[in-house]
Amino acid sequence: MGKTIAEKIFASHLRDEPFEGTKVLAIDRVLCHEITTPVAIADLEWRGKDRVFDNTKIKAVIDHVTPSKDSKTALQAKMIRDWARRHELKDFFDVGHNGVCHALFPEKGFIHPGFTVIMGDSHTCTHGAFGAFAAGVGTTDLEVGILKGVCAFRQPATIRVNLNGRLADGVYAKDVILFVIGQLGVNGATDRVIEFAGSVVEQMSMEARMTLCNMAIEAGGTCGICMPDRVTVDYLWPFIQEQYATKDEALADFSQWQSDADATYAQVLDFDISTLEPQVTFDYKPDCVKSVGEMAGTAVDQVYIGTCTNGRIEDLRVAASILKGRKISANVRGIVSPATPKIFSAALEEGIIQIFMEAGFCVTNPTCGACLGMSNGVLSAGEVCASTSNRNFNGRMGKGGMVHLMSPATAAATAITGVITDARSL
Amino acid sequence: MQKIFKGATIFLDRSDINTDEIIPAKYLTEVTKEALKPYMLEDLKLAGFDPQGEELANARVVVSRQNFGCGSSREHAPWVFEVNGVHTIIAESYARIFRQNMFNGGMLAIELPATDIDKIFALAKLGSVEIDVDLDKQTIAATVADKTTNFNFAISEFDKALVKAGGWVEFADARY
Repeated sequence: MGKTIAEKIFASHLRDEPFEGTKVLAIDRVLCHEITTPVAIADLEWRGKDRVFDNTKIKAVIDHVTPSKDSKTALQAKMIRDWARRHELKDFFDVGHNGVCHALFPEKGFIHPGFTVIMGDSHTCTHGAFGAFAAGVGTTDLEVGILKGVCAFRQPATIRVNLNGRLADGVYAKDVILFVIGQLGVNGATDRVIEFAGSVVEQMSMEARMTLCNMAIEAGGTCGICMPDRVTVDYLWPFIQEQYATKDEALADFSQWQSDADATYAQVLDFDISTLEPQVTFDYKPDCVKSVGEMAGTAVDQVYIGTCTNGRIEDLRVAASILKGRKISANVRGIVSPATPKIFSAALEEGIIQIFMEAGFCVTNPTCGACLGMSNGVLSAGEVCASTSNRNFNGRMGKGGMVHLMSPATAAATAITGVITDARSL
Repeated sequence: MQKIFKGATIFLDRSDINTDEIIPAKYLTEVTKEALKPYMLEDLKLAGFDPQGEELANARVVVSRQNFGCGSSREHAPWVFEVNGVHTIIAESYARIFRQNMFNGGMLAIELPATDIDKIFALAKLGSVEIDVDLDKQTIAATVADKTTNFNFAISEFDKALVKAGGWVEFADARY
């Protein structure tokens, strides 16, 4: 019987099965940020076990609140910084080099097909775009990951989502994933891996695949996953060219991480994406999704472009192409946060930052920023934000605020008019 | 801290109660569990629910519906329950990470079928409900006005082992 890619990764990383159905996996990457890691560090110290299983496999960044905004966040930053230095972590990213974890770590080439990845962050599912099994975990799982390099999972069944046809102009990966979450529901993929396949995925860049996988958790999914292919090889080539003589050789090796044709799925869903319209959320759950036409005219106070979902260079290019030569509405505060220094730098070089600034956007440093109302861009009660982020929970961006999730194109168009707007209509 | 799986019960009659409602992100700047104590369920959207009310302050058990704890991976959500003495949650289903975090901390996230959840919610209409969980027998005794109703629950051997060990760090450290 054939296996899914997730089953292959589980089988190859199985360290222990203490009870039937409980798989303890060896972990290739334990990723850390300053919000969920310090409590793990403090607990390890308290237990007298302040050790790391492998300082080349643990990667850390300060990204949620950076530069620190107050004494508490300064302490969080100091705790992870001191810990990273103490254990001589090979890769630790502090102010000046830091960015949103799920954009930064892939950009550094840390995630390869067939890897197991955990992080104390629910959007760790992003890294499945590389054909890895990547799962968000709590601080206790993170702590054991840091100490022992293992993590326990129930073997998840897989939902195969075939995205057929081709994306229409003006429709993006974000629209696709919002649509899929609307179909599955916020509970539809709990304890499941969502495997994205089909012609739409094959034609997507790695950036777009990361957007897709990023929101698997919003349907409850343990991980989103895409099969590695030539696009994956091209993206990773600068980091793997010493391991492989040619790209073909890398592709052949990566091909072991493909689901078999006769693999078993919990569910197979087929969607023709060709006629999909841009999507926007309403209410306080990410599965409350409508087409942009149905939401058009909804007034907003703030537009936020950035985050681990849509803060990558492609996203900024799309938004800039709409903002070019235009001004945003006087009723709107526009905020853009390039997700990493490399993206910021590329956006500067390409003139994208200039376009944002001339349109009236505030450009922030790379950080998680407004997405979860922890540092900048917090909403006041009764205010509305059009956001390229991934969560619209009540209070997410500030108590009493409302967040509408959408693509960078829709967000840019909305910034110009001050009301939710289909970018194709401008 | 010794975990206690019994006591006064609060009923949160809604599905998809998310981690941002349980503990808003602005409090994630704390680096100790105790500091989270005042903020339990601060942003919960639910008619008649008062996060500052006595019913929540006295609660030791939470009963809810589907997909409890969805959203973020923040273990601050189980911790805010833990430091408020709520070590038992009973629901129809959970988000994976929240559920794992509860057991990883040596606490109980018990799943019951919808029909049993409906029965427990019906008991709440009769008065204050006291719940007592027997982990070995895998039973829940729900008492209201001196009348007790019993429910059986399923739990994996691994989850039971985590609770008995005191959590995943203890279990993993002894084994790996």
